[in-house]
Amino acid sequence: MARAVTPRRKAINTIIAWLVGLLIFFPILWIVVLSLKTEGDAIKTPLEVLTSVWTLESYAVVQDRSDYFKHFSNSVIIALGSTLLGIVVAVPAAWSMAFVPSRRTRGILMWMLSTKMLPAVGVLYPIYLLFIELGILDSRIGLVVVLMLINLPIIVWMLYTYFKEIPGEILEAARMDGANLKAELIYVLTPMAIPGIASTILLNVILAWNEAFWTLNLTAAKAAPLTAFIASYSSPEGLFYAKLSAASVMAITPILIMGWFSQKQLVRGLTFGAVK
Amino acid sequence: MKQIQLKKVSKNFGATEVIPPLDLDIEDGEFVVFVGPSGCGKSTLLRLIAGLEDVTSGQILINGKDATEMPPASRGLAMVFQSYALYPHMSVRKNIAFPLRMIGMPKDEQAKRVDEAAKVLNLTEYLDRRPGQLSGGQRQRVAIGRAIVREPTAFLFDEPLSNLDAALRVGMRLEISELHKRLDTTMIYVTHDQVEAMTMADKIVVLQSGVIEQVGTPLDLYHNPRNTFVAGFIGSPKMNLLTGKEAEKHGAHTIGIRPEHLTISTKKGGWEGTVGVSEHLGSDTFIHVECKAFDETLTVRASGEMDLSYGSKVYLTPDASNLHKFDENGMRMS
Repeated sequence: MARAVTPRRKAINTIIAWLVGLLIFFPILWIVVLSLKTEGDAIKTPLEVLTSVWTLESYAVVQDRSDYFKHFSNSVIIALGSTLLGIVVAVPAAWSMAFVPSRRTRGILMWMLSTKMLPAVGVLYPIYLLFIELGILDSRIGLVVVLMLINLPIIVWMLYTYFKEIPGEILEAARMDGANLKAELIYVLTPMAIPGIASTILLNVILAWNEAFWTLNLTAAKAAPLTAFIASYSSPEGLFYAKLSAASVMAITPILIMGWFSQKQLVRGLTFGAVK
Repeated sequence: MKQIQLKKVSKNFGATEVIPPLDLDIEDGEFVVFVGPSGCGKSTLLRLIAGLEDVTSGQILINGKDATEMPPASRGLAMVFQSYALYPHMSVRKNIAFPLRMIGMPKDEQAKRVDEAAKVLNLTEYLDRRPGQLSGGQRQRVAIGRAIVREPTAFLFDEPLSNLDAALRVGMRLEISELHKRLDTTMIYVTHDQVEAMTMADKIVVLQSGVIEQVGTPLDLYHNPRNTFVAGFIGSPKMNLLTGKEAEKHGAHTIGIRPEHLTISTKKGGWEGTVGVSEHLGSDTFIHVECKAFDETLTVRASGEMDLSYGSKVYLTPDASNLHKFDENGMRMS
């Protein structure tokens, strides 16, 4: 039986929900506020900050000093490239683990996940040396490959759970209907898995977009994405609050917009399997 | 003509033998029902014929050709699954056309065949809907449509009606039987429901633990069950099986008597008992009678008007000519 919700209770719940939402969103909101102030005003007390003059000065300075669009395009290429490459590798892997599992499938999946428990810095040195050896330091292709590998366990896991939800009888029906493996993948499995693949892509684009450890350590100028763009304004000395905020706003806006438009898919993707 | 032949076919899952080597012949145009309790291997046997499982040993011949190693698609068989297994992202039209598309049939020919199948199955007005927008019965019809457009060598049905409600099940049962008469194509049908088996089959294959207990026409199985398992499984309500002294009197280890071959009387008769529950079906009444002499409850089929109160004393008389005798191994004694 559904619980009765009184209007009073509903109002209280709404207020609490808004407060929690605001609390979570507050850091981003404050960054936006600071980005619209002068450096001098940005370090004052919150009340003074809010009452001081609003200006776009920081944005102009940031755009003047560093090339936003170069960083932006690097971020796009790295995030999309690593995600799509990951999907290409993960779809067959997840397919075989979901539909023709062996005794070791579970173990392999857990092992893949366990790599995410390793502190990234633990393998920085060997990977750095490898990058030098291969001549791909500060290159977009290098980052695409590294971020693909970093997120691959998550991509495989997500796709695996999606594929698991597809009833085996449907694939058997396709086989009876004369579909070979290729036709089965193209006409039956993929269309049924598209919502799952889409959520996986979305989530991984976000993860790759926000990835800072590898992108900061393996790039200098050429391949530096937006994370490096923000980091260049974080300085132990001098007043850079407003500029740092402006850079951050510029870096997170694209992904925020993307997240806003795809929130339905994202939520579905993250709760898939938990709720039917 | 023997269309599908199983020769010494066996199936193991790991170390477990699900189906010990068995032989079975299925004639062209026959409606064969595999029936047995759950876990008896009937679905596995069907999947072996379909090619969805590999045989462990033995040979499967389809139209005289060795199909043991053939992939499912090359066997020319169509299958209808219990869960319907429709493609949820395709319209009914595309679902039905899918097997035709897979063999690369020209589009206009595909459309013609789909329209024909839809007409036969009353699906014409639903062709543009998705499976999710259909009722269970309609979905099952789409699954059958997808099977018939290919004009297969044989149809395989894996408990196709068990997800439907009782009323719909009776309707679909008739539809499938009619379809069989019209198409005159071999059908192999798996069910755990002996009523389905009796009403639809030309030939019933009774399975238990992967072993074929008996093969025969419905009435043959009903009147001449080869052993106590078949005797108890075929027929509703079940045959009354008695062991002990009463059976020994007839020179058997077990005797079996069907409910309709017992006469019930309040005055005199062979076996004394007290009336338990009576099930009134209108046309018949099934009366459960507790017989003290052999400590068993027997089921009796009486006329619909028969009304005996609970606990009243009655006498049962078996029809001696319809008494089935079985030896200590449960096998029929001729």
